[in-house]
Amino acid sequence: MKTAKIDIKDGDLLATLRDFFRSILQMEDISAILVPQHLPMKNVVMPTLVTDPKHLNGIDPLAPVFPLNAAKIVSRLTRKPMGAKVAVVLRPCEIRAFVELVKLKQGRIEEVVIVGIDCLGAFKKNDYIQIAGEKETEFTSRFYKDVLSGKKGTPEGFDLAPACKACENPIPNGADILIGLFGIDTDNQFLIQTRSFKGEEIYENLNLSDAEEPPKRSAAVESLLAERIAYRDKMFAGTFEATNSIEKLNAYFAKCVNCYNCRVACPVCFCKECVFVTDVFNHDPVQYLKWANRKGVIKMPTDTVFYHLTRIAHMSTSCVGCGQCTNACPNDIPVMELFRTVSYHTQKAFEYEAGRNIEDDLPLSVFREDELEEVVGIKKAV
Amino acid sequence: MADFEPTIIAFVCNWCTYTAADLAGTARLRYPANVILIRVMCTGMVDPKYVIKALLEGADAVLVSGCHPGDCHYINGNFKARRRIRLLKEILSQFGFKDERLRLTWIGASDGIQFAETIHDMVAQIKTLGPNEAKATMVI
Repeated sequence: MKTAKIDIKDGDLLATLRDFFRSILQMEDISAILVPQHLPMKNVVMPTLVTDPKHLNGIDPLAPVFPLNAAKIVSRLTRKPMGAKVAVVLRPCEIRAFVELVKLKQGRIEEVVIVGIDCLGAFKKNDYIQIAGEKETEFTSRFYKDVLSGKKGTPEGFDLAPACKACENPIPNGADILIGLFGIDTDNQFLIQTRSFKGEEIYENLNLSDAEEPPKRSAAVESLLAERIAYRDKMFAGTFEATNSIEKLNAYFAKCVNCYNCRVACPVCFCKECVFVTDVFNHDPVQYLKWANRKGVIKMPTDTVFYHLTRIAHMSTSCVGCGQCTNACPNDIPVMELFRTVSYHTQKAFEYEAGRNIEDDLPLSVFREDELEEVVGIKKAV
Repeated sequence: MADFEPTIIAFVCNWCTYTAADLAGTARLRYPANVILIRVMCTGMVDPKYVIKALLEGADAVLVSGCHPGDCHYINGNFKARRRIRLLKEILSQFGFKDERLRLTWIGASDGIQFAETIHDMVAQIKTLGPNEAKATMVI
């Protein structure tokens, strides 16, 4: 692991980051860079694939908005060999989702260099539109300065998305190159750290001088994590309380219209055709009548709780808690809260943590002969 | 609760537990009629959604039963099933389903007696436990 500090010019972190990304893009073996930026036609932040350095002027990787989990984009870019290397600037939860997708054979790491930035979090998408205003990076500058100087960083009446408040992974540990902000004097400097051989290759080309990680960084990260974990555990307890019976679970999803947006937005739900949109669930008309006859009434559309529980069973071991499911819900159902609550237990059951390490096997893709004896048999309770 | 007759959905593998059930029948062993057998080629093909669907539709319990470790006709399907059952138990317990409502057993092709006993025991357990909440509730 190599560490360096980069001086911030004129107190403008965003401009210095822009220059840093420009120098990466200008490297011989980097053909393009995937990075969020303000679109020229409207002030909306979206991931962009940039090959010409002059199109880096609107980039804003610190914008507190999270329109989609870009792991899906990186998966598209890497599903087959491209013949070129691309640098991708991702949030930690996007990196972790991409790691899951690589394990699920939906992407390849060979041709990407992952640049991760300490994540400051994001607002709910509608909140961001309301508060960001029309001036491109002005709001972002105010936001990151507030957050990094320990102020709340949010305008009165607004708060970060629950997924971000409950996130205990704000440090992009899976990146090849990490850009550190927490516990750094970001008026003057930011931190560069390599986390892989690939990252070191880039580092060598940058001609930086090695430095020490400031000692107050680990303390800053620790106190942030403590705050996040406290919020998370409270969220777990509240969600469990709200769903610990079938009746409560029904109430939790009562507003669901089976639009399946949460599945579309989910970075790790990778099936090209989900079983819930196939003919398996295009039931015979008379089937509905039969079901209705059994209890005298059924709710339409049917299979709502069935869908959510199945998605939990299929994907919770890979859930990275990015919160895009909640973001995508047209009826404001706290989907992320439930997914994270259950995932915490399912991942723990297999001593697995989604996105932590590309070497860890997906829990349901492997088995051992001598394990889980306690689930077999009918006499013992687990 | 004396007149409560539970419904148990059993996913049984073609090569072992289904054959054991057949053997129990040809040997004229008696076991409760509460169990509905669904023959599958291997416990390794029991998708979690089959179990979830059965329980949401009001089945009082689900049994998945296949070959003993090392005996799987497809070499390791039963090991994969065991991981899925572990996963399902973790999920279902979050939503108030008692552990007894999902069971996994290994019953070999020659274990007709064990099959009958397993069904006896399971029905007794579920009778004590009472009906699945989903049976009386409108599940959305």
